[in-house]
Amino acid sequence: MKTRSLALLFVFGLVVIAGGLLLPQWMSYLFTIAMGKGLVVLGLVLLMRAGLVSFGQGLYYCVGAYVAGMLTQFVGVTDILVIMLASVAVSVAIAAIIGLLLCRYREIFFAMFSMAFSMILYGLLVRNQFLGSTDGFNVANPSLLGWTPGAEASSDLVLIVAVFLVIVLGAVAWRYLKSLSGYAGEAVRENEIRLEYLGGSVFRVVYVKYIIAAGLAAIGGTITALVSGHVDPEMAYWTTSGEFVFIALMGGTAHVAAPIVAAVLFEALRTYAFAVSPYTWQMILGFALLAIILFMPSGLWSLVERFQNKKARKTS
Amino acid sequence: MKQLLAILVDGSVYASWLFIISAGLTLIYGVMRILNMSHGSFYALGAYSGAAMVGWYFSTGSVPWFSFVALIAAALVAGISVGLLVERGLLRFMYGRDEVVMILVTYGVLLIMEDAIKLIWGVEPYFAYQPYTLLGRTKFAGLSFANYDFMLIGVSILIGLALWYGLNRTRNGKLLRVVIHDREIASALGINVARIFTITFLIGAGIGSLAGALTAPGLSVVPGMGIEVIVLAFAVVVIGGLGSITGALVGALIVGMSRAAAVHLYPDVELFVIYAVMGLVLAFRPQGLFAVANARKI
Amino acid sequence: MSALLKTVNLERTFGAVTAATDINVELNTGEVVGVIGSNGAGKTTFINMVTGYIQPSSGDILVRGKSIIGKSPRDVSLAGVGRSFQVPQLFQELTVLENMLIAFGFSVDRKLSFLKPLRSKEKVEKAHAVLREYEIEQYAEEVVSTLPQGVRKLLDIAMAMLAEPGLMLLDEPTSGVAIEDKFLLMDTVMAAVRKSDAATMFVEHDMEVVLRYADRVLAFYDGRVLADGPTQTVLSDAKVQELVVGHHLDLSENEASTSKESAHVRT
Repeated sequence: MKTRSLALLFVFGLVVIAGGLLLPQWMSYLFTIAMGKGLVVLGLVLLMRAGLVSFGQGLYYCVGAYVAGMLTQFVGVTDILVIMLASVAVSVAIAAIIGLLLCRYREIFFAMFSMAFSMILYGLLVRNQFLGSTDGFNVANPSLLGWTPGAEASSDLVLIVAVFLVIVLGAVAWRYLKSLSGYAGEAVRENEIRLEYLGGSVFRVVYVKYIIAAGLAAIGGTITALVSGHVDPEMAYWTTSGEFVFIALMGGTAHVAAPIVAAVLFEALRTYAFAVSPYTWQMILGFALLAIILFMPSGLWSLVERFQNKKARKTS
Repeated sequence: MKQLLAILVDGSVYASWLFIISAGLTLIYGVMRILNMSHGSFYALGAYSGAAMVGWYFSTGSVPWFSFVALIAAALVAGISVGLLVERGLLRFMYGRDEVVMILVTYGVLLIMEDAIKLIWGVEPYFAYQPYTLLGRTKFAGLSFANYDFMLIGVSILIGLALWYGLNRTRNGKLLRVVIHDREIASALGINVARIFTITFLIGAGIGSLAGALTAPGLSVVPGMGIEVIVLAFAVVVIGGLGSITGALVGALIVGMSRAAAVHLYPDVELFVIYAVMGLVLAFRPQGLFAVANARKI
Repeated sequence: MSALLKTVNLERTFGAVTAATDINVELNTGEVVGVIGSNGAGKTTFINMVTGYIQPSSGDILVRGKSIIGKSPRDVSLAGVGRSFQVPQLFQELTVLENMLIAFGFSVDRKLSFLKPLRSKEKVEKAHAVLREYEIEQYAEEVVSTLPQGVRKLLDIAMAMLAEPGLMLLDEPTSGVAIEDKFLLMDTVMAAVRKSDAATMFVEHDMEVVLRYADRVLAFYDGRVLADGPTQTVLSDAKVQELVVGHHLDLSENEASTSKESAHVRT
């Protein structure tokens, strides 16, 4: 990444944090949730670039959230760094096992099978009385390295951590996409047979991406849990995963910033639509999804690219 | 022993229900290569129209037995008309697209239909218990069963036979099977594939709605009922092999019995069992038990 | 010294159809073998078996003395068998250079790096060098799906050759290529192949290509090897002419000496 872009990113991060701290509580709350979801979608985009649409990222989103919840509420561990590490570790472990089976599938099988796993978790959580069944349970406030902020300040803490993670992980993802493993995803999408004949292992490529996506989803879930103070099994319901897919399509898979931007837009739109007419939110989503597929299959980012291309043409 | 009987009966009832739901889904996939996520919404549509119709019907004080006809008619009318709208108004512009894209498209349709149902019928639950209680109960071996559930088994067998007959003995049915096997060849043979697609989708949507209507009397019709169903239907269809009606039957039996066993013996793992079974089958036969032939193209 | 490739009583059936049977072939380093036969004669089945794409119903395949039965295409590639495809198998929506870089990454580097950029100056130069060798360097930044068949064939072959396979199998390298370009393509490919000392087997329908480039010919008919020997001998064989080649092939001294010369040019 060029130094100029890095500097811009850093400044952007500062601006966002400042904004988050100054803006009204509900706005920064929304923004934090959007950051969390954006990270889940970033992982999903990695998979989509390899041609795999997962309808089950909610599984790891939920795992990340519940791990955060259980650590803070039942074990008394509130350090945000520890929680992050733990939720990623648990998610990655689960993904490593599930991936062994799931990553042998493609297309609709991968999509629906991934959904099935997410629903299994949902089913288990709903039946589990200890974890609050369909109501879920509350999550205590996080702390950082010994410092325990009050209720208000803890949302700010989560916001800052979220923005920080988005920037760091976004930069790493950007770099990753330029590596062999990143390109390999597109190779898998384009021609698996060729990859095998080149001596590459398609399974390995997909497996690695699946695990990375799981880790990212867990971080997203943890962020959501900590800022909202609540977790429930709905996070593993397949419609949550469907939301992530929608955001991914909305943003497109061209750039690492797309998922984040799309997530922010999505949350903003959702809040507005819900306030205006709660019984038509899904319908609006449905029409928007169809519109994107029909008219803008590369997502909103294609508009950005078109704008960039116009600028480039003007200067040359 | 009593428990075994309960499991067998419950399993059969559940399997019948699953079969009626899944048959339409697998048929649509087999012919059109579309995994119709909105199938669950057609189910809900059928349930709501059926329940609403029954509610109105009984308020008019007409002959109780006829409510069954009203129930079924309402569901079929709703299912087929909406199906026509979806197929002619949207899907036909998207044929030939990637299978995963079609899932997303039907997912969009699902989202729209879910809210449309809420807008039309509201969010309060509907109860259409009359047909259910009308048939009474049977007691044997110390257990009590609702006769309505037995009727459901009968209906599913009828539908199965009708589909079998339709696909194997009628001219249109054979055309359908040609398209299932290879769309390109069918088209090259002069078969009107577009018309076949429309017919198939209407049959699938119709059966889906019918499933919802038949289920409605046994429970409360609430928003979101379609969404839970699609996940189950998918498991059945995948186990049986996408596109195979026989597969849907066998898959329904397997899932139905496994689930009944789980519910009676260890209720906590109910949903888990269904997917565990699916995982097990797929681990040994990734294409499902009765997969439709897919010519290799390399 | 074990042969580079040896098939023993190789057979493959698909239900009632015998696609190939009684295939006993031996290949050594440096040989250039043309494989001919009408469609359905068993050529592609043979290649598919030797590259692990399908498993033989019976018989054995030994690469450098070691059996490759049961191995996946990936393992067979890693064992030193390269293959190009009748329909070029490329990463369609990526550029030629990207295709090349990915091929380098998997065939040569063999390490799935996560953070090292694929497009390093060094790698790009190496890729360009290979593209130059195959005379398609000018297409480096073009997206593969926009390119003509000839360029795609060359890229397909170039990618397969990167791993420096000991045995290179070319499945109809000139099919779909314009007649005037066939020899140019084969010249380029054979020059690259001769540099690496790989044994080559190419499936061809164009007898002029076979005459010009192969020292040895395997003629398939009805799933069996009808003839196996020096090009001239096989192509003038009565049976082969009747069942495979036809009687119109001009086997005049000119063609023969050209191919003999090219056969001896190798060191």
